[in-house]
Amino acid sequence: MSRAAVVAWAAAIVEDLEFGAARAWKAESPGRHVAGYLPVYAPREIVRAAGMLPVGIHGGGDRLEIIRGDAFYQSYICHLPRSVIELAQSGRLDFLSAMLFPSTCDVIRNLSGVWQILYPDLYVRYLDLPQATDPQIATSFWRAELETLAVGLAGVAGAAFETEKLREAIAVENAVRAAVRDLYRERREAPWRVPTEEMALLLRAGEVVPAETFLAQARAYMAAPEEGRRRDRCRVIVVGAFCEQPPMGLIKTIERAGCFIVDDDFLLGNRLIAEDVPTEGDPLSNLADSFVRHARASSILYEPDPDGKRRLVARRVAEAEADGVIFASASFCDPALLDRPMLRSGAEAAGIPCMAFKFSENSAQFQQFREQAGTFADSIKLWGNA
Amino acid sequence: MTEPMEKDHSMQLQKEMLGEHFRRLEAAPDTGDPVVYTFVPGNLTELVRSFGALPVLPEINALQSALRGKSAAYIAAAERAGHSEDVCSYVKCDIGMLKSGNIGPTGTRLPRPDLLLLSYTGCYTFMKWFELLREEYDCPIAFLHVPYQGDGRLTADQRDYVVRQLREVVVPALEKATGRPYDEDRLRENLARSAAAEDDLVAVLQSARRRPSPIDSYFGAVYYVGPIFSAFRGTAEGVEYYRALRAEVEERAAAGQGPLTPSGSLDEQRFRLVVEGPPNWTHFREFWKMFSDEGAVVVASTYAKVGGTYDYGFRHDPGDPLGTLADYCSGCYTNRSLPTRVDMLADYVESYGADGFLIHSVKSCNSFSAGQLTILREVEKRTGAPGGFFESDLVDPRYFSAANVKTRLESYFQMLAARRGAAA
Repeated sequence: MSRAAVVAWAAAIVEDLEFGAARAWKAESPGRHVAGYLPVYAPREIVRAAGMLPVGIHGGGDRLEIIRGDAFYQSYICHLPRSVIELAQSGRLDFLSAMLFPSTCDVIRNLSGVWQILYPDLYVRYLDLPQATDPQIATSFWRAELETLAVGLAGVAGAAFETEKLREAIAVENAVRAAVRDLYRERREAPWRVPTEEMALLLRAGEVVPAETFLAQARAYMAAPEEGRRRDRCRVIVVGAFCEQPPMGLIKTIERAGCFIVDDDFLLGNRLIAEDVPTEGDPLSNLADSFVRHARASSILYEPDPDGKRRLVARRVAEAEADGVIFASASFCDPALLDRPMLRSGAEAAGIPCMAFKFSENSAQFQQFREQAGTFADSIKLWGNA
Repeated sequence: MTEPMEKDHSMQLQKEMLGEHFRRLEAAPDTGDPVVYTFVPGNLTELVRSFGALPVLPEINALQSALRGKSAAYIAAAERAGHSEDVCSYVKCDIGMLKSGNIGPTGTRLPRPDLLLLSYTGCYTFMKWFELLREEYDCPIAFLHVPYQGDGRLTADQRDYVVRQLREVVVPALEKATGRPYDEDRLRENLARSAAAEDDLVAVLQSARRRPSPIDSYFGAVYYVGPIFSAFRGTAEGVEYYRALRAEVEERAAAGQGPLTPSGSLDEQRFRLVVEGPPNWTHFREFWKMFSDEGAVVVASTYAKVGGTYDYGFRHDPGDPLGTLADYCSGCYTNRSLPTRVDMLADYVESYGADGFLIHSVKSCNSFSAGQLTILREVEKRTGAPGGFFESDLVDPRYFSAANVKTRLESYFQMLAARRGAAA
């Protein structure tokens, strides 16, 4: 299979706001259930162990006209919740049996309550990710939360929670995380071979289809003959777009303006746990412990290291061998925008060129971004070694 | 020049208490009193005080700065330093104040913190706020994660999680920061004083069930909850303040008087309202006057519950010192789920005999504001009471449009009057 074929497959999945792939999976067998989850991180292993398909609900992007959603959210709240509401109120999420709301920010937290009110028959759960600084206390808490979720979802699916199924699900998600890591590594090493617009499509499609399908497509993509050619572009990391996703046009614009994106925060949940979760022993404890000990530093989690924020971007830039940083945050995104001064000052103190802009998932005009990214790339090329 | 508003005795008393507190804070570098910064929702004042430390509450400083017309300059200073126009104006006001010399609301210099006690309760921004302050002060943080009541309650596992953090993380951090050992007996004494003050506060808040209401439970409540939401919970001064406040309110009730407002004593009350959301602080008096000029009194508000939902029965329990602090933190208003918030508002509308309810939605606070349009529809559906919705901000004057707010309120009051006329 060619890379173009994989990308075409992914694009069709991503552009389908009716979630046809997930609906088709559900229709294949009676009694199947699908659980949706909001960004950033949800334990998909728990969903999978209940025999359910986990589906990331990442908004409607730039393809969804907001008709009902604006009646639920004020103008100074980010775009994501209004497009998620729009999806639900227009019936596009009526195939879901459960909806999970992780503790990304207060907007998503409160959206869980909106869901409880609007859809009282649905299984709705707010997932308060462990933030305690003591790993033992945090793991104990998160294990109990995971068990509550596991039992709850098993109930929705009409079965009992089985640890063996969770162990199998952890193995599958380990494979998914490894594939995602491989994609990121390949792009980092040869970004001209892995345009970010292609990778982002593939990863977004992976949020909607069964893991096995995603793995097959990801492996096909990486195994396909090399395409693309080296270009004289600067290497940048894009920081801050971990929840509301930038429109594909914005990603293309950044890369066509003279930048290779060599690291990013897009769909961060699919690799938030940075290492494989052990499959031996108690799987609930393993999953809890892996999150507590191996979650990547991000704006959604408390940073216990006083120097952590200052060092984070410089470390990521070094790991990605990047030339600069683009802080791209969704408008009104508290986690990203409150973090930005700390991250940026740390990067600038390390002599790393930075630029910043805000976007919305439905941004449609990219001229301004092209000018900014192009100027940024030019400045790095002209004065980067000065 | 606006006429100075006549003040209750309790307001004067509170002013003196706050003045003395800020004088002690200013002197702290000399006296050696340890200083702990913390937030209003989920504040652990009894515990902080049991170590002999003085609390500083950044939200209070921010709102006080706004009341004194200083917030615009502070916010501008923070935005010049790279803070986004999109985020919480409390944070920017606080950081701007710090960058402008850290002169507190009473004109005295605020001391540096010995500890940032981050009780992460009901507001995501709190976490970032203290991460930002840690960069400025280069001081330790003690972090307490209080789970959100997503299912409308605190489970036993979640309660244990909070208690363990208190015992194993927060208490040792306070011991280290203050150089003093944990004294549980002293904590129990403070908690007992808290419960006494909470009894009196609830009596004050529930006096609004009378007609006329002797209090305003939104604008006036800002004063009533001030000591208990800030530095004085668990103190003898706090107990004394609430005893005096209760006596004052009971006296006013017995005389059939309404609250003192910018329009004078509001004895003739045309509208009884419930309000959801924090006030605007930059135009506080003008904002209040838009209500009092129309004869509108607020009989219950959710803002008066951000520092504790005592009116639903919670009291600090000296018999279970750390457990009761966990319960307290979890029960603060913004840590409660949206369905619970709807329940509370509907209950207020009905049990306080309100003519309607208003939602003041502030740009700065997603914890309050996200979901309020759903709350509006649900409370209307549940109670049949007409709801109104208007927007401004906490401490950023750029987002308070007096003409727009006044027009909306006047329209709302006209609608209430028309409904009353139609029902007569």
